Amino acid sequence: MLRQAQPPVRADQQLVGAAQQPVGAAQQPVGTDDVARAWRAAASVSDPEIPVLTIEDLGVLRDVRVDGDGSGGARVTVTITPTYSGCPAMDAIRDDVVLALTAAGFDDVDVRLVLAPAWTTDWMTDAGKRKLVGYGIAPPTGRAGAGPIRLALSVRCPRCGSLDTRELARFGSTSCKALYECRACLEPFDHFKVH
Amino acid sequence: MAQGPVVAQGPVVAQVPVAASVPVVAQGPVAASVPVVAQGPVAAQVTVAAPVLVVERPRNEGDETSPDPHGEVTVERVELSAELAGGEGRAATADVAAYALWLGDDALILSQQLGAWIARAPELEEDVALANIALDLLGHARSFLRYAGSYDGRTEDDLAYWRDEPEFRCAWLFQQPNGDFAQTIARQLAASVYLFELYTALQGSSDATLAAIAAKAVKEVEYHRDHAVQWTLRLAGGTDESRRRMIRAVGDVWPYVGELFRDEPLIDRLDDAAVRPSTLQPAFDAVIAAVFAEAELELPTGPMSSAGGRRGAHFPTLGFLLAEMQVLARQHPGATW
Repeated sequence: MLRQAQPPVRADQQLVGAAQQPVGAAQQPVGTDDVARAWRAAASVSDPEIPVLTIEDLGVLRDVRVDGDGSGGARVTVTITPTYSGCPAMDAIRDDVVLALTAAGFDDVDVRLVLAPAWTTDWMTDAGKRKLVGYGIAPPTGRAGAGPIRLALSVRCPRCGSLDTRELARFGSTSCKALYECRACLEPFDHFKVH
Repeated sequence: MAQGPVVAQGPVVAQVPVAASVPVVAQGPVAASVPVVAQGPVAAQVTVAAPVLVVERPRNEGDETSPDPHGEVTVERVELSAELAGGEGRAATADVAAYALWLGDDALILSQQLGAWIARAPELEEDVALANIALDLLGHARSFLRYAGSYDGRTEDDLAYWRDEPEFRCAWLFQQPNGDFAQTIARQLAASVYLFELYTALQGSSDATLAAIAAKAVKEVEYHRDHAVQWTLRLAGGTDESRRRMIRAVGDVWPYVGELFRDEPLIDRLDDAAVRPSTLQPAFDAVIAAVFAEAELELPTGPMSSAGGRRGAHFPTLGFLLAEMQVLARQHPGATW
């Protein structure tokens, strides 16, 4: 019997992820408590570049499975996906997931890295977007891949809230960000790109 | 089909010198990503390229009994490398692995070249932009090489650091020197337009892993293409000097475009797993024609090079590039960082 943790998130994530969910070998029954606990532990890991966001907020955490081994122990399989192909944070995130689950009492942890389906900023939670604003980073505006015509929505300044902002550079401090400037308060700020 | 987004961009990018408070933003993550690319910019200053060529390889090439190609590399990184990119545990076949080497080597060599611009680009934003592009390409290279290595048990590091020049399969376009900034942009334009069309098509590959890597990469390469298009327009429509250099750069780079669309025998054996290179040319030509029209550049009409990158016959620059890229791994076999 295999149970999947249910991420407390959007329907769209469930849909795109569903086809890719791995199917494991049948094992001993595992309590749903374990699954929820394992999910909470993995979901507590924060992004090393943007520590205000957890990997759950980012949509990087894709799946948590708990399989019983018949002797009281449990094997946890965590699936994560990179934001960008070259994201150097993935190794650190993987190690942090192992540490978090070990601290939660799970000794047998396997972290898998998958590319499909490809990550998109549409998976970022609303809570995550609010945290980004509080941290001084403008969250992604609009949706990725919404159609053949890309709409450039105004980016709101995370400091003063003005929509009178402009792009300074399309590439920023990390792959996922661009550099903006607010014309109202004159502060430069990072914008998490729609991707 | 891709004309919409391309033309829509225009020379919008901010030329504005970044405010004094900004440099901090640009430092950390970019620098952090560089060690992975391996020492490009660093080694460049050390100029120890020559000795690399005589560094003794720690394995006996004829020794088939040794399962480990270069000593004891049993670090965590290798375990991570063994994980899969979306194919759920399936190893590549010989032909798919050979094809993945083409794509992985193209991305790896271009990434390494772009890394050399860090701290040398015309403006700070370009340091950041080219480093970001290089990082994306390195990610693509790692995915492809990891998959290629699943065929015969080699890791991505084995393939990147322990193959010699004739074993690489990158096309000559990606081996063209950085030259001046215009030459890098001309190379970026041809490369990113090609890669965008390639990955768009490769998403439909019958090979699940190749399709997954392509689906991830195409979103990133589209951004690279925008970058190259904008700079092409700016340089071609800028000063007399920038235009002169852009025209010269296009003329220097274009003979190596033809190789990208040549169907090698390997493609015939791959059926739907690979994208037939010649099928990409019409879309490539259409995008380039639109960009060149707006930039008022003429498409070079000279003959195409007989470049043989897919067969392991390389442009003279590759050996030096590899010497620099591989020196550290070969001097300290099995070292981790």
